[in-house]
Amino acid sequence: MKKMNKVVSVMSAAVIALSMLAGCGDTAADTAGTGDAGSASGDKVFKIGAIGPLTGGAAAYGNAVCNAAELAVAEINANGGINGYQVEYKKQDDELNAEKSVNAYNTLKDWGMQVLVGSTTSACSIAVSEYTKADNMFQLTPSGSAEDCVKYDNAFRVCFSDPNQGIASAQYISDHNLATKVGIIYDSSDVYSSGIYQKFVQESEGKNFEVVSAEAFTADNNTDFSVQLQKAKDAGADLVFLPIYYKEAALILTQASTMGYAPTFFGVDGLDGILTVENFDVSLAEGVMLLTPFAADATDDLTVNFVKNYQEKYGEIPNQFAADAYDAVFIIKQAMEAKGVTPDMSVSDICEAVKGAMTEIEASGLTSAKMTWAANGEPNKEPKAVIIKDGAYVSAQ
Amino acid sequence: MKLDKKSKSNLITYAIVIAAYIIFQVLAMTGNLSSHMKGLLVPMTYYAVIAVALNLCVGILGELSIGHCGFMCIGAFTSAFFSKITADILPTAPRFFLAFLIGIGFAALFGFLIGIPVLRLKGDYLAIVTLAFGEIIKNVINAFYIGIDKNGLHFSMKNSMELGMEADGNILVNGAMGITGTPHDANFTVGIVVLLISLFVVQNLVNSRDGRAIMAIRDNYIAAESTGINVTGYKMMAFTISAAIAGAAGVLFSHNITTLTASSQYFGYNASIMILVYVVLGGIGNIRGSVIAACILYLLPELLRGLSTYRMLIYSIVLIIMMIVNWSPKVIEWRKKTFGKVKLPGRKEVA
Repeated sequence: MKKMNKVVSVMSAAVIALSMLAGCGDTAADTAGTGDAGSASGDKVFKIGAIGPLTGGAAAYGNAVCNAAELAVAEINANGGINGYQVEYKKQDDELNAEKSVNAYNTLKDWGMQVLVGSTTSACSIAVSEYTKADNMFQLTPSGSAEDCVKYDNAFRVCFSDPNQGIASAQYISDHNLATKVGIIYDSSDVYSSGIYQKFVQESEGKNFEVVSAEAFTADNNTDFSVQLQKAKDAGADLVFLPIYYKEAALILTQASTMGYAPTFFGVDGLDGILTVENFDVSLAEGVMLLTPFAADATDDLTVNFVKNYQEKYGEIPNQFAADAYDAVFIIKQAMEAKGVTPDMSVSDICEAVKGAMTEIEASGLTSAKMTWAANGEPNKEPKAVIIKDGAYVSAQ
Repeated sequence: MKLDKKSKSNLITYAIVIAAYIIFQVLAMTGNLSSHMKGLLVPMTYYAVIAVALNLCVGILGELSIGHCGFMCIGAFTSAFFSKITADILPTAPRFFLAFLIGIGFAALFGFLIGIPVLRLKGDYLAIVTLAFGEIIKNVINAFYIGIDKNGLHFSMKNSMELGMEADGNILVNGAMGITGTPHDANFTVGIVVLLISLFVVQNLVNSRDGRAIMAIRDNYIAAESTGINVTGYKMMAFTISAAIAGAAGVLFSHNITTLTASSQYFGYNASIMILVYVVLGGIGNIRGSVIAACILYLLPELLRGLSTYRMLIYSIVLIIMMIVNWSPKVIEWRKKTFGKVKLPGRKEVA
């Protein structure tokens, strides 16, 4: 019996070891076999990868980024590729988990990725940048807005950083004399929301308005906002600043109207999408102002075409995440063309070339007609304020 | 020298871990390991470590804890905090070692403190309290703001503006944004060493006089008490050791990923239940089984990446099938009939 035990345990050990090895084999086969978009016209192709939460609670953001990047790559390929080379594209899921995001990055690296569009969310993007730095791979995050996302010189971003949004909002409110007393409702468990909140409060010192209430909620209790609204109301706030995502904002607007409180609501780019919330009375959003780089119903040709193509392919109206990602791919294209990058260059050489080009180019896209970058990775573009009128965004100038 | 059955079984466990280590190192050295797999090795070791810790609590002590990720969270944050302050002062090796001591120490301390009220409870009640504890830890850490400047440490529970720091200040813990920029010290070798040490601690504890006392409490509380076993003392001991090992897993966690946030996807009850799944599928009370289950179940969704979103579905189906194959009495009977006298090692402890 004892001998049997021994035999069985040795066997089971072998099976485990083998199963792990078999696992490695599988991934290798996968990465060689699957290319989602674009077929190579010649023998050389560019390989662009994207990472985002494709499953779970934040799937809307990840899917927007990955779909829009896919769309952009398809358009580039249809028009002859980058420097005459076709582009292959692949997306990976990170489930909004920094650990999984690094795994996703490694998977893409095995596939042969040369440039990364991602990660979609801040914490994931920071974790991944640690690895792109080590590999010297060019990383352009469409929507990673925390300060640390671009702390390495190989990382750039398309969206505004959280601090920039806070500062821009405070300045806008002050410059346009929108309020004297400001209440804030923010999500203290969310990096994006608390980042903007912190900078907004710092920036509002010495401005012509006063922050009279700042109430937090967390991801675990984000359905009832009557307490936060009551406090803002009691403090006499005539403007409520909402540095949060649109889902909670829709609830806040509904609850404010139930309790008969009607201040000006002012939001940031996370509020984009509020008009598409199901069962939300759009008339409640009337007069809401938001700073956003993108509005899906803008009338310029680029936006109209993008919204039309996106809707045809994925069946929904793109949000600002999608716009950022779409721009990101075209920015990479422009930077690569500026330096004449070819696919046979090493990842590190491509990174050096694109990095150099980033500070020289002036890109124009969905999220701004004129974007430039500083070497620290921060974009320089004008924030646009829009106001919701008759159920649509209009420029608030 | 003749080894008894138990020491032999323990040695086999070490041998499996070491063999896996050697295989992976050889593969990595010869360049046959994809970077995806390389990236998975460290997480695999710390999930195996915390599965061992939880198995001590659930399998050996017999108390259901679904807040073990809370201890992992404490280990992760205290050690990351230490490493962040001393990143420029101490060289890597002693700093990482001290980080381990601090992470393990704090997790054990909290294990002890939580154990005092919690271990008076039994069964479901204990499970609920540990669940609450895990959530509380997460939320408390989310409210911490700690910064450092030339005047020393600043502390606030409100927001980072309250810290009142000088311009040269550096925020160490920034509320919900957690700790970013922890040095990346963890690697596969360290992970395996930690796993071996925790296996050594748990397996020797189980085979010792104390371990037998702990299992006696699990099997029959009243009988154990009537034979003069100090029930509270032994329960505390097992629970604290379990928390300490979970803290070690946390240290590996925080030094493997540079962004550490106390959010639910890492330290919430879902994460704790995932660890419980590792333990249950590996076999409650079967230490080796939980290591193997943790590795397989962590690898599975990653290796199924090629199937994109379907992998979640497949993962759940695999869980159900594994559960049935391992535990359904009918299937066990069928297995016995079909495979005759082949008896899987360790399975008898489980039954």
